[in-house]
Amino acid sequence: MATELGPTPVKEPASGGTPIHHGPKGVGEDNAIASQGKWAAWLLAPTIVALAIVIVYPIISAIVMSFQKDAGLDPVTGLFTEGGPAGLSNYTNWIFQQCAAPGGGTVACPPGTLGSQFWSATGTTFYFTIVTVTLETILGFWMAIIMARTFRGRSLVRAAVLVPWAIPTAVTAQLWLFIFAFEGIGNKLFNTTILWTGSENPARWAVIIADTWKTTPFMALLILAGLQMIPADVYEAAKVDGASAWQRFRMITLPLVKPALMVAILFRTLDALRMFDLPYILTEGSNNTTTLSILVVNQLRQGFNSAAALSTITFIIIFIVAFIFVRFLGANVVEQQTGAGKGKK
Amino acid sequence: MKTPKFLLPVAAAGVLALTLSACGGGGGGTTAGADAEQGLDGRGPITYVQGKDNNNVVRPVIEKWNAAHPNEKVTFKEQTDQADQQHDDLVQNFQAKNANYDVVSVDVVWTAEFAAKGWLQPLKDKMALDTSAMLKPTVDAASYKGTLYAVPKDSDGGMLYYRKDLVPTPPKTWDEMMSMCSIAKENNIGCFAGQYSKYEGLTVNTAEAINSTGGSVLDADGKPNLNTPEAKAGLGNLVTAYANGNIPKEGITFQEEQGRQAFQDGKLLFHRNWPYMYSLATTEGSSKVKDVLGLAALPGIDGPGASTLGGHSVGVSVYSKNKATAVDFLKFITTEETQRFYATQGSLAPVLSALYDDQELVAKLPYLPVLKTSIENAVPRPVTPFYPAVTKAIQENAYAAIKGEKTVDAALSDMQKSIESASAGQ
Amino acid sequence: MTAATELRAKQDRGRKVAQNREKWASVRTYVSAAVILFWCLAPAYWMVVTAFREVGYTYDTSLLPTHVTLDNFKTAFDTSFGNRFGQALLNSVFIGVTVTVISLVVGVFAAYALARLNFRFKYLVLGFILGASMFPGVALITPLFQLFTNIGWIGTYQALIIPNISFVLPLTVYTMTSFFREMPWELEEAARVDGCTQGQAFRRVIMPLAAPAIFTTAILAFISSWNEFLIASQLSNDATQPVTVAIANFAGAQPQQIPYTAIMAAGTIVTIPLVILVLIFQRKIVAGLTAGAVK
Repeated sequence: MATELGPTPVKEPASGGTPIHHGPKGVGEDNAIASQGKWAAWLLAPTIVALAIVIVYPIISAIVMSFQKDAGLDPVTGLFTEGGPAGLSNYTNWIFQQCAAPGGGTVACPPGTLGSQFWSATGTTFYFTIVTVTLETILGFWMAIIMARTFRGRSLVRAAVLVPWAIPTAVTAQLWLFIFAFEGIGNKLFNTTILWTGSENPARWAVIIADTWKTTPFMALLILAGLQMIPADVYEAAKVDGASAWQRFRMITLPLVKPALMVAILFRTLDALRMFDLPYILTEGSNNTTTLSILVVNQLRQGFNSAAALSTITFIIIFIVAFIFVRFLGANVVEQQTGAGKGKK
Repeated sequence: MKTPKFLLPVAAAGVLALTLSACGGGGGGTTAGADAEQGLDGRGPITYVQGKDNNNVVRPVIEKWNAAHPNEKVTFKEQTDQADQQHDDLVQNFQAKNANYDVVSVDVVWTAEFAAKGWLQPLKDKMALDTSAMLKPTVDAASYKGTLYAVPKDSDGGMLYYRKDLVPTPPKTWDEMMSMCSIAKENNIGCFAGQYSKYEGLTVNTAEAINSTGGSVLDADGKPNLNTPEAKAGLGNLVTAYANGNIPKEGITFQEEQGRQAFQDGKLLFHRNWPYMYSLATTEGSSKVKDVLGLAALPGIDGPGASTLGGHSVGVSVYSKNKATAVDFLKFITTEETQRFYATQGSLAPVLSALYDDQELVAKLPYLPVLKTSIENAVPRPVTPFYPAVTKAIQENAYAAIKGEKTVDAALSDMQKSIESASAGQ
Repeated sequence: MTAATELRAKQDRGRKVAQNREKWASVRTYVSAAVILFWCLAPAYWMVVTAFREVGYTYDTSLLPTHVTLDNFKTAFDTSFGNRFGQALLNSVFIGVTVTVISLVVGVFAAYALARLNFRFKYLVLGFILGASMFPGVALITPLFQLFTNIGWIGTYQALIIPNISFVLPLTVYTMTSFFREMPWELEEAARVDGCTQGQAFRRVIMPLAAPAIFTTAILAFISSWNEFLIASQLSNDATQPVTVAIANFAGAQPQQIPYTAIMAAGTIVTIPLVILVLIFQRKIVAGLTAGAVK
């Protein structure tokens, strides 16, 4: 399915119509696959090892922890004692928003507990992700198109676009907190008296503006790199054929830049779903700006095992989103190209 | 052909972990007993861990100690300026049983949690210290279940800053202060503000409001005690003041610095803040209140209100190998000489009661007498091993109540239920 | 009126329309460029203005610089109170360059395999790599801290470099793979017919063509390592801390005071040289590589 939607037809101009060989030399298919497999193993090994140490080990240890109860307080000694096996209770407590009841058992989490914020944090996370990634894609595409044109001062624009992204997030967050203060320059400049961090919509938009400002350059640079790979003669040919600017954009630019664009969107989405610093420093998660990552950090301070379960749930949510992306939206860097090699298997 | 093989390995990792989990592991157990017994007589080099040393007072003290104790030298490990990060850094190292974090500075609200986790050495028997000269609330905040787990190092309390030019005599009670708000209206400025943004400062301000009307967040046994008329009156004071504009609407975005800015710009008649603001408001070039700054204790029902206690204590890690040196170093930090040095060089409020009446010190730090009243009337923030959950419960519900999204009754009852649930364990 | 004049008039009109359209396109480009400049630079301008303000006037909201001072920059580099901002800058550069170089080399290997070779489990590998970007970063710290404590790595450079490499690798591999798929690989085969080895063909023919992509990936990798804070704040020590941690360690003269002016000065110090460096590199490297490709 992804193959049909993918830019397979466009592949022809880019590769000059030559059929793609999937190896340097096509000897015998089976032999080639075997020897290529060996090569591939060597080439991929460093990546796999690096990821295994730093990411896989922590994920597995988190999953293990998530099936343990958090330490409970021994009322006699006043000391914490280990919680023992929890089964799935850490997971079900989050999903059904259940908290421990004073007399034992569980009750619906009262407002003020972290447990009561799971679904709202999930909603907030998706809200931020959808809005920021959409804004960043549109703005980033626009910036990339401008930067790809030849005009005096182009390098100035390219340098300027880097600035927001090059400022460390710790500084960015403080800068926006400073700008969005009630007596800050934001309100002063536009002569407004908005309580940016004091109610839901302004607080959410403060985070969105800051995040969009900071990460649009990421999109713009990736899309620009994609644009630069398009041979100029393709445009010339289209112009000669009388294609309008919109037609050229839709029929040439978009399909040819799509692989780079999809990678950019995919990774931005994964990052946005794990958004932490900006809302944490700007609003501390007040007024419905608590994301899943903020909830994880808050829970880490109250109990590791429950936080491990929440991390795993977040992981699964992001997994599902990535799955949808790859399966239905053609964000698969390899599969969309395999049209030519379909028959091989 | 289009099977989702693409994402299979991730799922495989999950299955692997599921099988692993059968073997147990993970989690931080408490074998405090054994660790607390070892290293009691140990002497040798130690490390002192503290957050950012704002005024460079720690290094000189350590240098002095090192000169006198060449075989028991102290190394300074400086953490960030952010309390949350200091907390997380300590937790990481305690969990890893790091023997190199010998002496640690803990915020007053972390003592109970670290004690209950078995990470702090009880300061009794061989490790005992004399705390009789110290302000009682600071010692209470450093104790858990009647045992001292850390020794107070510096203190802090909220004070009422006011405009001397507009208010000749400061209000003693909350009602008196509210009646003076007409003066603010005449001058077209805000009346009163503390810190009502949703963060740790809101817990401080809420606890102050509740304590000042005679209520308390937790009772003596550490159980929540919020469904009381006193607590209602306390939180109600804040809610009413915000609703009728005595607390300006931007108050809910205030942390310490925003409030200080507003007061220094002459936009507030009364302001609740920490002592740190005094020297800034009297010296900063942009301050419009340099010469008209007045100071008083926080207002209560019929006299001074109850401030929330701030500051830090210093404890010894149970994993330390050199506890005899460590406890000597604790004593060294709390000598009158060191405390005086902290106060004069670092503007840190001392924990020794006598220093507050010291003429020389008072000449340097004119706010000391007011601060003494404030700290003597101070109530420690809830002393509970579940502090991270308790403070969230207070912030969440107090914020909603102040913004008018919830009634005072509902907010307090939700606070009560949240704290009960957090301390119920599982 | 003859048909010829009519035709000429039509052509003239056509040319004028075309000229006009070009003129408008160029005006639109400049307007867009101006908007982009404003959007990207206005907040940064505020950072710079604040960086040059006296501490006592931190909250001044005059749009133009007032109470100008260099004190904040001096404070940032002042080492007497245990700040090691200069050292931290060097650490960040060292960590960033190492991470970028290693992850590019490793990533180009992996991307070549994924884009050009046929092997089993390709989708598993792709999924595995992407899966590494799905776990909340905040939850990685505790296990990593314990792992690195056990092997005595806390406070070492490798404890900062290796996690950063892992964080940027998924993006590096995916970007490079997607670009490699777009390459005209028949050129490589042509070069091999001309007697190049496979490695030579890759270096001399493909690399120059991929230069913009590789360069972009390098910037992305460098800046994300440059920005990393969470892991570094827990795994570094005074000697190895990167600049993000050093900035977080800035403190005001008073306990609750937030040293905005010093933070903004630090932000200015770390941003401006970075942008200039990127610009220089972009011209030199990309120009050099692309020039090689043209012949």
